[in-house]
Amino acid sequence: MGTNIDALNVVFTEFYYWVTVVFMFLIHIGFCMYEVGVSRQRNHLHTLMKSTMLIPLVTITFFFFGWWIYFAFQNGPWITGDLISAPQAEPWNALMGTHLSGPSPNLGVDADQAALWHRLNGVFWAAFLLFSWTAASIVSGALIERIRSGAFWILAVVIGSFTWIIDAAWGWSSQGWMVKLLGYHDAYASGVIHAIAGGFALGVLIVLGPRIGKFRADGTARDIPPRNPWLVTIGLFLIYTGFWGFYAACNVPLINPAAIAGQITGETWTATNIYLTPTTLSAITFNFLMSLSGGLMTAYIISKGDPFWTYSGGLAGIICASAGNDLYHPIQAMFLGVIGALVAYKMHYFAERRFKLDDAVGAVAVHGYAGFVGVVLAGFMLWGQPSSPYEGFAAINPLGNFIGALIMFFVLGFFPGLIVAVILNMFGLLRVPRDVELMGLDFSTEEARRAAMLEVQAAEKAAYNGNGR
Amino acid sequence: MSTNGITSWAVDLKDVGAIYPFQGTEVILVIAGVAFWILWHIVQMRQEGADLRYDEQHANKKQLIEQAIDEY
Repeated sequence: MGTNIDALNVVFTEFYYWVTVVFMFLIHIGFCMYEVGVSRQRNHLHTLMKSTMLIPLVTITFFFFGWWIYFAFQNGPWITGDLISAPQAEPWNALMGTHLSGPSPNLGVDADQAALWHRLNGVFWAAFLLFSWTAASIVSGALIERIRSGAFWILAVVIGSFTWIIDAAWGWSSQGWMVKLLGYHDAYASGVIHAIAGGFALGVLIVLGPRIGKFRADGTARDIPPRNPWLVTIGLFLIYTGFWGFYAACNVPLINPAAIAGQITGETWTATNIYLTPTTLSAITFNFLMSLSGGLMTAYIISKGDPFWTYSGGLAGIICASAGNDLYHPIQAMFLGVIGALVAYKMHYFAERRFKLDDAVGAVAVHGYAGFVGVVLAGFMLWGQPSSPYEGFAAINPLGNFIGALIMFFVLGFFPGLIVAVILNMFGLLRVPRDVELMGLDFSTEEARRAAMLEVQAAEKAAYNGNGR
Repeated sequence: MSTNGITSWAVDLKDVGAIYPFQGTEVILVIAGVAFWILWHIVQMRQEGADLRYDEQHANKKQLIEQAIDEY
């Protein structure tokens, strides 16, 4: 840290990301409430534990290798360069523990880097980790009421600590090869979180199959209503709240042009997106709320006031505008929100009818299709704008973003989900047995709970009648 | 040529103004946005009217109303 201002900025940045992490935790509370609300009573506890346990599993694996992948894979590797050395993200490095930036053996970074990473490593890691949980949680909802927990947790680690962080290295970093070669722009993760998670869920769903009773004999779909609509809507409200923290976490809050070391001249400090190009927290606040509003209003009308789809449409609205919400005008963001809600709603029912998909929460549509379209539209809306503050990077363009959307949805989402699900299915590890699905996935837990209740009741009655303790 | 006029970040940020795309269309955007808002109310009112008529036709029975009241 060269000056006190620089030192203060590092501490401010550390605190800023810490706050975003706390806000983003609400996403996962929301997902738990939402999925439990959608599931039937006999599956509540299984659904809850399935969502809860992805948190520790993705966390430790993200510590072991996910964080390192982000830095090491930005060249592909071997697309624009070799594997990149990233000592500060190696799980055995002293900078991955409490460190005060002084001399330590085998740090692998210079004094300036040590001064930066000793304070920012943990909060950056956590911010990315919370995105990892989100990617896995998006997949989770689509699969409820019939997937084995163990299978889901393997899938969660695959997307949460492996494929999503590869896509972040490629298309959501200042030096990623997709940014350099394609001009890929996806500032608030329409593709890098949502399209990949939607595509991954789609791949798994194809192998997993629908819940028993979802489709009639003639192939038409039955609606399986949420058990608790209140919990669903409160869960989605919490997801919105956490999503706001997610937006803030996608920014670098304050940076000196000299620290960017790109082409920007002058002394004006600024917030930037992940690509280190300028934006403001104010701009993304405008656009977050306007795209949410466009999505909510549209989804309310097209679903004829259905609460589930109205809330989901709000989410689809934000997701569709997210790729360019650092740069859009608020009214543009609102109309992109309209498109996102339309795409999600129409595509969900089209895919359900045409391909007999049982996506229990509409995750593929809300995250996958709306995210994919959001990335493609950003290529047109931001056409010709610089993708980076550095020289030699491709400008943002429709073809680059379209190829990027394909990479996110299919290459890193759909195919890995499909392949891992096929392997799990081959070993009979993917889906619960038919009778268990019908009895409910909480059967044994509930049976033990009832037995314990009966025993306690019997003991209390015996004590009351003077026959026991 | 770009949709916001910026083709390089080799600039001093103190000299840069708006960076959203298609600057100059703000008035059109506002008109379109207001039209969307008004249209939303019209469509919503029609939908709600149709819903209420349906409910009224199907719930206009003494027993159903009393049952609804009893269920609080």
